[in-house]
Parts: sequence; C-alpha cells; structure tokens
Amino acid sequence: MATENSYYVPEQSKWPIIATIGLLTTLAGTGSIMVNADQGESTTASWVVFFIGAMIMAYMLFGWFGNVIQESRAGLYSAKMDRSYRWGMSWFIFSEVMFFAAFFGTLFYARHFAVPWLGGEGDRGSSHMLWEGFEATWPLLSTPDTETYTQTKGIINPWHLPLINTVLLLSSSFTVTIAHHALKSDNRTRAKIWLALTIILGLCFITFQAEEYIHAYTELDLTLNSGIYGSTFFILTGFHGAHVTLGALMLTIMLIRITKGHFSPEKHFGFEAASWYWHFVDVVWLGLFIFVYIL
Amino acid sequence: MSAVIDTHDTEHAHHGPAKGIRRWLFATNHKDIGTMYLVFSFTMFLLGGSMAMVIRSELFQPGLQIVEPEFFNQMTTMHGLIMVFGAVMPAFVGLANWMIPLMIGAPDMALPRMNNWSFWILPAAFALLVSTLFMDGGAPNFGWTFYAPLSTTYGPPSTTFFIFAIHMMGISSIMGGINVIATILNLRAPGMTLMKMPLFVWTWLITAFLLIAVMPVLAGVVTMMLMDIHFGTSFFNAGGGGDPVLFQHVFWFFGHPEVYIMILPAFGAVSEIIPAFSRKPLFGYASMVYAVGAIALLSFVVWAHHMFTVGMPVAGQLFFMYCTMLIAVPTGVKVFNWVATMFRGSLTFEAPMLFAVAFIILFTIGGFSGLMLAIAPADFQYHDTYFVVAHFHYVLVPGAIFGIFASAYFWLPKWTGHMYDETLAKTHFWMSFIGMNMAFFPMHFLGLAGMPRRIPDYALQFADFNMISSIGAFLFGATQLLFLYIVVKCVRGGEKAPAKPWDGARGLEWTVPSPAPFHTFATPPEVK
Amino acid sequence: MRMTALRVGTLLAGLPVCQSVFADWTVNMTPGVTSVSRDIYGLHMTIFWVCVVIGIVVFGVMFWSIFAHRRSKGYKPANFHEHTWVEILWTIIPFLILVVMAIPATATLLRMYDTKEADIDVKITGYQWKWHYDFLNEKFGYFSNLATPQEEIHNLANKNEHYLLQVDEPLVLPVGKKIRFLVTSSDVIHSWWVPALGVKKDAIPGYINETWAKIDEPGIYRGQCTELCGTNHGFMPIVVKAVPEDEYQGWVQDQVAQAEKLRELTSKDWTKDELIARGEKAYNTTCAACHQPDGSGAPPTFPALKGSPVATGPMEKHLHTVVFGVQGTAMQAFGKQLSEVDLAAIITYERNAWGNNTGDMVTPKQVLDFKQSQQ
Ligand code: HEA
Ligand code: HEA
Ligand code: HEC
Ligand code: CUA
Ligand SMILES: [Cu+2]
Repeated sequence: MATENSYYVPEQSKWPIIATIGLLTTLAGTGSIMVNADQGESTTASWVVFFIGAMIMAYMLFGWFGNVIQESRAGLYSAKMDRSYRWGMSWFIFSEVMFFAAFFGTLFYARHFAVPWLGGEGDRGSSHMLWEGFEATWPLLSTPDTETYTQTKGIINPWHLPLINTVLLLSSSFTVTIAHHALKSDNRTRAKIWLALTIILGLCFITFQAEEYIHAYTELDLTLNSGIYGSTFFILTGFHGAHVTLGALMLTIMLIRITKGHFSPEKHFGFEAASWYWHFVDVVWLGLFIFVYIL
Repeated sequence: MSAVIDTHDTEHAHHGPAKGIRRWLFATNHKDIGTMYLVFSFTMFLLGGSMAMVIRSELFQPGLQIVEPEFFNQMTTMHGLIMVFGAVMPAFVGLANWMIPLMIGAPDMALPRMNNWSFWILPAAFALLVSTLFMDGGAPNFGWTFYAPLSTTYGPPSTTFFIFAIHMMGISSIMGGINVIATILNLRAPGMTLMKMPLFVWTWLITAFLLIAVMPVLAGVVTMMLMDIHFGTSFFNAGGGGDPVLFQHVFWFFGHPEVYIMILPAFGAVSEIIPAFSRKPLFGYASMVYAVGAIALLSFVVWAHHMFTVGMPVAGQLFFMYCTMLIAVPTGVKVFNWVATMFRGSLTFEAPMLFAVAFIILFTIGGFSGLMLAIAPADFQYHDTYFVVAHFHYVLVPGAIFGIFASAYFWLPKWTGHMYDETLAKTHFWMSFIGMNMAFFPMHFLGLAGMPRRIPDYALQFADFNMISSIGAFLFGATQLLFLYIVVKCVRGGEKAPAKPWDGARGLEWTVPSPAPFHTFATPPEVK
Repeated sequence: MRMTALRVGTLLAGLPVCQSVFADWTVNMTPGVTSVSRDIYGLHMTIFWVCVVIGIVVFGVMFWSIFAHRRSKGYKPANFHEHTWVEILWTIIPFLILVVMAIPATATLLRMYDTKEADIDVKITGYQWKWHYDFLNEKFGYFSNLATPQEEIHNLANKNEHYLLQVDEPLVLPVGKKIRFLVTSSDVIHSWWVPALGVKKDAIPGYINETWAKIDEPGIYRGQCTELCGTNHGFMPIVVKAVPEDEYQGWVQDQVAQAEKLRELTSKDWTKDELIARGEKAYNTTCAACHQPDGSGAPPTFPALKGSPVATGPMEKHLHTVVFGVQGTAMQAFGKQLSEVDLAAIITYERNAWGNNTGDMVTPKQVLDFKQSQQ
C-alpha cells in the first residue's frame, strides 16, 4: 500500500505511443478532409483516415484511463500522487483559460479597435477611405465588404435562450457541488441523483445552444460568413459548447463510476477533476453571457 | 545548498530498463525520456541547420544561384520553425527531464506516462510539418511568424497541415509544462524549500508557467487561421471587420514570452555552471530568482515591440517601448550577478565554463541590440532588416544553443558515466565561437546598411558581408558534427567519471553515482 | 535640440570622430535627409555608445577576473555571495539610464506621428510585387515596377550598379514640402521603407496607415519592401526622386497630360499587331513574374497560359479572369491596376502568343464595355 511519501512510478506503458499515433492520424485525416474539400476533390479516403484515428483515440482513452482507475483502486496512489494529479488538473484548466483568453482578446480588439477604425474613428481612421459607406456599429451587422461577407439581420436576444442557458449552467454548478458533498458523506444515492441532474442540465444547455445556432443561421443570417461579429460569436460559443459537451461526458463517466462503486468519501479525485472542469465551463459562460450577448 | 543525509535506497530500484525498442517507445523513466528529447532535439538542430546552410549558400553571392525565391521562403520558414520548436525547446525539456528530478531529489517526473506522450507527440508533429515540403504547392513559405493574410488567403494548401502540426507541438509543450510544475511543486525532497532550489529548477518552474500561459494562445491564433481559411470567418480580413494586425497581436502575445522560454532555462544552467567553475557560491541567489520572475512578468506586456511599424496608436507605441526597455533591468541584474560570481573566484576553463562565459558575453551583446530595437523610433529603421536577424541569432545561438552545449558538457559525465574528450570539446568551443561570430556579427552591418530580411537576393553593396557571413556559417555548421562525434565517443567509453567530476559543483545530482542509476531517490533524500 | 544636448551629456570623447568614420563606410545607419531620419540616427548612435560603455565596464570586470582570478595562478576563491547595496545600485543605475534614453525617444516618436498639415497627399498601395502611387490632390497615379532585367538576376548578364534597387517609374516628390503618405495594400502586408527618409510603414490590406516626410535635399533615394509578402518579396524596390519644387510642378503637369492621353488611347482604333506589340511589353512587366515570359507558368500554383483553356477558350471567361482575378488565389483583379489599353493588349497578346493561335483580338473599348456591363 502507498504510504505518504512513497511515489508510484508506473511501469512501461503502451498508451502514450498509441495516443500519438491516434492523434497524428486524426489530425492528418482532418487536414486532408479540409484541403480536399477546398479543392473540390473526393474526401472519402480522408474520412476513413479520420475515423481510424478517432477509433484509436477512443481505444486509447478507455485503456489509459482504465489503467489509471485500476491503479488507483489497487491503492497504489499515495497522498502525494494525488497532489500531483491535482496540480496537473488545475494547471491544465489554467491553460484552457488562456485558450479562451485569446478569443476574448480578439473580441475586445475587434470591437474597440478594428471596427471603429474601419468606420473612420481614431488613429487608423483614414482607413475609412477604403470602405466608403461603411458604418461602424457593434454588433456589426453590415460588413465593410458587402460582397464577400453576408449581412446579418439581427442578433440573438440575450434575455431569451442565453438567459435560460445561464440559469441552467449556474444551477448545474450547484447541483454538482451537492453531489460532491453527498459523495463526501458517502451518500451514494444522493450523489447519483444530483450528478444525473447536473448532466441533464448540461444536456439541456447544449440542446438550447443548438437551437440558438439554428435560429441564427436560418432566421438571422448570423453565420460564420457574416463578418467579425459572426466569427467571434461562433468561435467563442462554439468552443464553449464543445467544452460543455466534454464536461458532460466526463461527468457521465463519473456517474458510471459511482454506480460501479468506485470512489470513497476521502478519495475521489476523478470526480473532483470533472467537477472543477464543470465549474470552469460555467465561469467561461458567464464571461460569454456578459461580453458576447449582453454588451 | 546543503548536505544530504540518506541518499537513496534499493527497495524500488530492482527493475532496470526494458530491452530493445520497447524501452524507448513505452518509456516512463525520466532519464530515458530526457535522452530521447535530447537526441530528437539534436536531430532537428541538424535539419534546421541544414536549411540555414541552404539559406546561406543562396546568399553567398548576389543573384539567384541555388534555389528559387519560392523555395528560399520555405527554407527560411522551416528553418525558423524547426530551430525554435524542434531544436531549442525540446533540448531544454530534455535537460529538465534529466536534471530536475535529480536536482530536487524526486524519484521521477510527477506524471511519467504523460511525460512519454509529451515527447512522442513531437516526432509526429515534425513528421507532419516536414512532410509539407513534399506536398503540392510546397511547404509553408510565410516565415515562422506566419502573418495573415499571407498565411491565410495566400497560403499554400499545406498550411492546414502546418496548423495541425503547431497544435500538436502546443499539446506537447503544455503537457510538458504541467509536468514540470507538478514535479517541482510536489516532489521536492524534504527540506528542499523553494528558496533552496537550484536556479536551473527555478528558471524551469517559471518557464513552465510561461509555456502553459502562452501555448494555448498560439493554439487559439492558429485555430482562427484555420477558420479563416476553411470556414469563411474574417478574423484577419478587413472586409469582414477583422484586422490582419490582430493576428500579429495574438501571435506576439505568444511569441514574445516564447523567446524567454528559449532563454530562461539557459540562464538557469549558466547559473549552475558559473559557480561550479568559479568555486564560489552564486552571487545574489535571491535577486536572481526575482529577476527571472520579473522578466517573465514583463514578457507579457511587451509583445507589440515586434509591431512598431504596423501603425499602432502612439500611446500603445510608448507603452510597449517603455515596458520593453524595462526588461534590461532584471536581465542586467543577472549579468552583473554572474560577473560578480566569477569575480575573485578560482576560475578554471573546462568546456562547460567556456561555453558559459561566451554565453554571458555574447548574450549581452544580443541583449544590447535588443535594447536598441526597443527604442521605437529607431526600430523604424531596424525593423525587418538583418539587424534584427543579428539580434536574435546573438541571443539564440550563443544564448540558447551555447547554454545547451554548456549544459551538455556539464552533465555528460553524469549521464554517461564517462568524461568527454576535453581537447576536442575545447576545439568545438573555439571553432563554434569563431564561426558563430563570423556568421552573425556582419549581419548587424548589413541590417544598418539597409538589407531587408527574408530576401533570396540582394543589392551589390551587401555582397562582401554576406560572403563573410556565409563562410562563418559553414564553419559553425561543420563544427557541430564534431559535437556529435564528441558525444558519441563519450557515450561509448572514455575515462570513468566519478560521482562528482567537477570539484566546485554543488547540488543533489552530484551525490548519486555516475552514470546516474536508472532509478534514483526512490526514498527521498533529506536536505538540510 | 534636445538630442544634441543629450549627446553632449553622454560625455563620450572621440564620439564625433567615430561617427564620421562610420558614416562613410556602409556599416552604419544612414543619417538620411529628413529631420526625423537625423533624429533617429542620433538616437541610434546614442544608445549604441551607451551600450558600448556598459559593455566595456561589465566585460572589463569579467576579463579582469578571467585573467587574474584563475586557479592556475593559485588564486584562492573568496566566499561572498551577496551585497545588498551593490545589488540595489546596479538595479537603479540601468533604470536611470533607460529613463534618460526614453525621453528623446518619446519626443521623436511623437514627431513621427504628427501627420497634420501636410502639403501633399500620396497614397501608396502595395501589390504583389510592385507599388502603386496615387497623387490624391492631382488625381493621377501609376505603378512602379522592378526594372532590373531577369538576366541579371539569373546571372546571365553583369549586374548593374543599382541591381535590384531600380524601378521603371520612381516616386517623384518635391523637396521642402511636408508630404503625407497614406500606406495601404491590395493583397498581403507589405512595408514601405526608404531609409534616407526615415520612413517605414506597413501596408495593411483594408487599412490605411499614415506617415510623413519632408525631404531636405534633392536626390535619388532607394529602399525596399520590408515585410515578407510572398515569392517576389525581395524584388519590389522603391525609388524616390526628390526634385526642386518647380521641377516637381512640371512633372505633375506631364502626368496629368499623360492620363488624358491614355483616355484618348482607349478610344483609338487599334490593330491587332499594335495590340500584340504593346501587350508583350505589358505582359512581361505585369504577368511574367508568375506566368513566366514564355507562358509556361509554375504549375500547380501558377497555371501555364500556353494552351490554357482560359486563354484559348471563350473571351468572356478570359476577360473575367484578368479583370476580376480569381478569388482566394494569387491571381489578382487586374481591372483596377491596368488601363483598358493595357488590358486589351495583354489579353490579345496572350491569345496569340506561344502557339495560342486563336487569332482573336479585343479592343480597349470592348474591355471598357465589359467592365461596365459587370457593375
Ligand atoms: C532568446 C531569445 C530572445 C531574447 C532573450 C531576446 C531579448 C530581447 N529582445 Fe528580442 N527577439 C528575439 C529573441 C529574443 N530577444 C527574436 C527571435 C526576435 C525576432 C522575431 C522575428 O521577427 O522573427 C526578436 C526581436 C526583437 C524585437 C523586434 C525587432 C523588430 O522586428 O523590429 C525587439 C524590439 O524591441 C526585441 C527586443 C529585445 C529586448 C529589449 C530584449 C531584452 O530581453 C534584452 C535584455 C538584455 C540586455 C539589455 C543585456 C544585459 C543587460 C545589462 C548588461 C544591463 C545594463 C544595460 C542597459 C541599461 C542598456 N527583440
Ligand atoms: C534557435 C533558433 C535558431 C538557430 C539555432 C539558428 C541557427 C542559424 N541560423 Fe537562423 N533563424 C531563426 C532561428 C535560429 N537560427 C529564426 C527564428 C529565423 C527567422 C525565420 C523567419 O524569418 O521566419 C532565422 C532566420 C535565419 C536567417 C535569415 C533568413 C532570411 O531572413 O531570409 C539566416 C540567414 O543567414 C539564418 C542563419 C542561421 C545559421 C547560419 C544558423 C546556424 O547557427 C546553424 C548551424 C547548424 C548547422 C549547420 C547544422 C549542423 C551541421 C550539419 C547538418 C552538417 C552540414 C554542414 C555543412 C554542410 C556546413 N537564420
Ligand atoms: C501574383 C501572381 C500572378 C500574376 C502577377 C498574374 N497571375 Fe494570372 N494567375 C495566377 C494564379 C495563381 C492563377 C490560377 C488561379 C486559379 O487557381 O484558378 C492565375 C490564372 C490566370 C489565368 C487562367 C489560366 C487557367 O488556365 O486557369 C489567366 C488567363 C491569367 N492568370 C492571366 C494573367 C494575366 C493576363 C496577368 C497579368 C496582367 C496575370 N495573370 C498575372 C497568378 C498570377
Ligand atoms: Cu512586398 Cu515584401
Ligand atoms: Cu520580443
């Protein structure tokens, strides 16, 4: 058994190299799908490559995490080991924050510098000479170049779906905390119920988000092609949505693990990591709600 | 640092390395992974260096002789990318893998399997990147800074694969960074407080934070490129309300801290080596730590000094100029501390020391030209000329690369159990020193006289210095084969190295035998 | 001037001597011919000497230890490892030096940004790979292309003195007037740099950057594009010809008259041979960089025009390709860059050269009609 200061150094492992092959195959496939589609060539072969890669990745994830779970349940992990995982997860989330920061920065720049300049204000305001007739507004509904980019009819009303989504996601942060407390007091049924509720809230969020996209595309003409407003809108909400999906997946796995009887009131780092991640997507959403939808 | 009670026990050390290729493919041992990183890095150095040789051959004389402009641009781009992401960064990660656990008394890196993954992603990423050379339309040709819209609307089809290669390098570096942080924060031997850590460990801790802070931003900016290329967005297109300059802001937000990622670990290594061969403790340990911290913090607010000519508002211009100039202060503190460490020491000049001393002198020269570049009005004349090329090769080649050579010679006995051939190593040093200065010093003159960078052909008044520079570059390049020979020779045999081959060296790594056993510190040593 | 005062303040004996030596030898920055470029030169030299002095001090101490404090000379190491006062001092002194440097730098920068009250506005547009100059007040404009022959570049002929730094039509500017440059681009980022004017400004597509110069001495000043802009980035030089005011006025009148003549040319009756002859010249300056003088291109990026389905197929498609370009490729819309006469000439040439024997011709008038019909 692990003692406080012993440190488990794993045996050789085949998973990293499989993960590498999977990652390379997936990305090479994705890349050639895009390039071939652009050049009007067949993408079938590329899709096959992509799927092979994705299958390898899935196999790897099950295998690798399976390995970790086994080791953890075999009691090989000391408290020190646990701390390594905690540091690892926290700083991983920090790097995710920086990823979103790049897009928030983009939004800020476009809104406060680029668009006003194109409209004739500020230091580079003479640029307006090139875009006569363009008027700077935010949200930007009509782009400087009206031929290449489509024009938008309107924007998403923040006080409908986005507000509902805010409530959903905020409450899911509460429910996951309740589930955590239940797990800590070894009340598994309660933990399962609240965790399941969290996942359902997450799924509702994703559904509404999908509905919002459909609304944007079909009724508002707000698309990836509609200039910088659409670009920032979709990259921010899109990556956020992808993270919610991933978070929900992680929580689902935790639900399965609780059901299988994993975790103890003292040791349940897998669960905690998933819930940290969940709180993180929640906080990002608040940023989105304020800076993308309301302001 | 202080004495060690109870080094290591044998309880956990019963299994040695696996046999054959499995040892490397499935590795979880920090020393093996470190070795793989170092070997990979040197391979990339040769590849990137060969591309530099193509560049220098074409620039040997005015006129187009060897390559077409299109291919020249691909060479410049790949040279920059491979050197930065393939040679320098992995070399430092390799050193970190080998030395950090040994220096802080840890059994291994905190997350050994992830460690292996971080490594293996790199060969995959570079395979993808280098394969673009053979694609229709050629490899990326837009410089290692890949400014939009040259890299988006006007980029070759292979740009998409380039983007994914960058994503992979990002994943690798982020995981590597996380691993270093977890190791240093969690696995220090009892008594090894933060302010007792060797400086190499400190600089790497801070470097790791830089990595996890800026690599995601790089991932973000290439993702936006991908969207602009394939999905009709307009982040970097004024027609849709975007701005090509936005690309530069996001890129350099990554890019500037990146250049410190390439130098801070070298600062750390030099701070180990200088005291060892001066036989005198490092001067101003605490101020060294604070200086590195200050450099790292400042590095986040100076990015736009690469963009003085893009037409930023004058207030921004001033802000970035002042912040950039400020970096000279903590960097100066470091230089002064090194000099003060040597002052009244008892100096000897084995190869590591030679490289370290050259590092201080030549890096400082590079830093001075950096400071000149930081003066915004003057940068209007320097920007995108060979003056900039001279600046960054002075901080990168005798900076980062010499730092790596110094570390390699310093720790080779620990890694291999043999002493390297000192005479050959000194030859390596002197030839590198001469070649490197001959290659890069004339570039200052070229830049000031008006030669732009990234051109395959140039006006006649630049001919002489270019020829000198090319000859120097060939000399420098050829010398690196000598390094390869020295290392191979040292691995295969040589005088047996004692646990502590340098009488002035301090630190835990010298308490274990040479070569360091496969598993060290299964039970942590105690540091008083 | 503040700059001068500062330079005196640096207390560097022998400095003026070195400066003049450096200026003749092409190893240093040009002092240039505008007040801004001279200020920049001053800043450059000051900071250079500041660095030299710091270098001498730091390396001096270092070399002293290297020579004196060697073990081989039996030197025993001291054991000191910190000294608070020294450390504070060497933090504060560099900081003060930097503050002193920042003051003149700020002043110069503010002056460089002051584009107000200009006498002449010139819009500079970067193209792959040439420059276009528009005189906004007088309403005429023209392209400026590399004039170095391909043979020199490919080492088939001896290189002339201004190899790679010569253009067909220089930018002509008067001395003594404040000229405002509005710099932009039609495709990728370029950068317009003339060292002697102390002007370097990026040309960003979709945006306009402003800068200015007031040239003190007549002369020919050469520069280059300094932002990587694709294959021929090394081949888009800039030549500025600064002339006295009255000469400038004469030149402007010529240009205005020429613009008028071009309009007449459009309505002139052209024969096929005349068009082909004119077309060959225009093709070689404008199109040959990508499609090659013999029309073979550089596939796959740059298609061959020899036997190309576009250049031998329906005229409509050919016109459209050249006038509007091909979106998302290096093939630009040449409709805005070339006159109707040149467009007609080039297209006629392409359809009859290198074995493209369509026998077609298209007149400038038809090109004009085509352009108008597409709007
Ligand atoms: C290891 C990499 C590294 C390092 C450490 C640095 C260090 C510095 N760099 Fe450099 N830089 C690059 C790598 C690096 N750079 C690269 C790769 C590019 C080009 C990118 C591209 O475009 O492709 C670049 C470009 C670059 C530019 C843009 C130039 C242009 O494109 O126009 C500028 C401008 O400010 C700059 C400034 C500086 C400064 C002020 C420092 C400072 O950190 C230096 C500080 C050090 C000293 C000053 C010396 C020691 C100090 C003293 C002895 C104290 C006393 C001194 C004084 C008070 C003067 N660098
Ligand atoms: C750490 C980074 C690093 C390192 C180590 C180097 C090393 C070298 N660099 Fe590089 N360089 C960059 C980073 C680096 N560079 C970057 C970022 C750019 C900007 C790119 C851009 O503009 O986008 C650049 C650009 C750049 C240019 C400007 C290109 C241009 O603007 O068009 C030149 C030109 O001379 C150059 C030369 C060299 C040379 C001669 C070396 C030498 O030190 C290399 C020596 C090594 C070897 C030669 C390999 C070992 C030997 C062999 C393989 C045997 C064969 C040898 C012979 C046949 C002699 N580099
Ligand atoms: C900067 C490079 C560049 C220049 C200069 C250039 N072209 Fe092109 N041209 C291209 C590219 C790239 C294509 C291919 C576009 C595509 O993918 O369909 C092309 C395609 C064409 C085609 C269609 C050929 C075919 O078979 O598809 C014609 C005709 C043509 N160009 C004429 C011209 C003329 C006339 C000029 C000069 C006035 C010119 N080009 C200048 C890059 C250039
Ligand atoms: Cu235009 Cu470089
Ligand atoms: Cu920088």
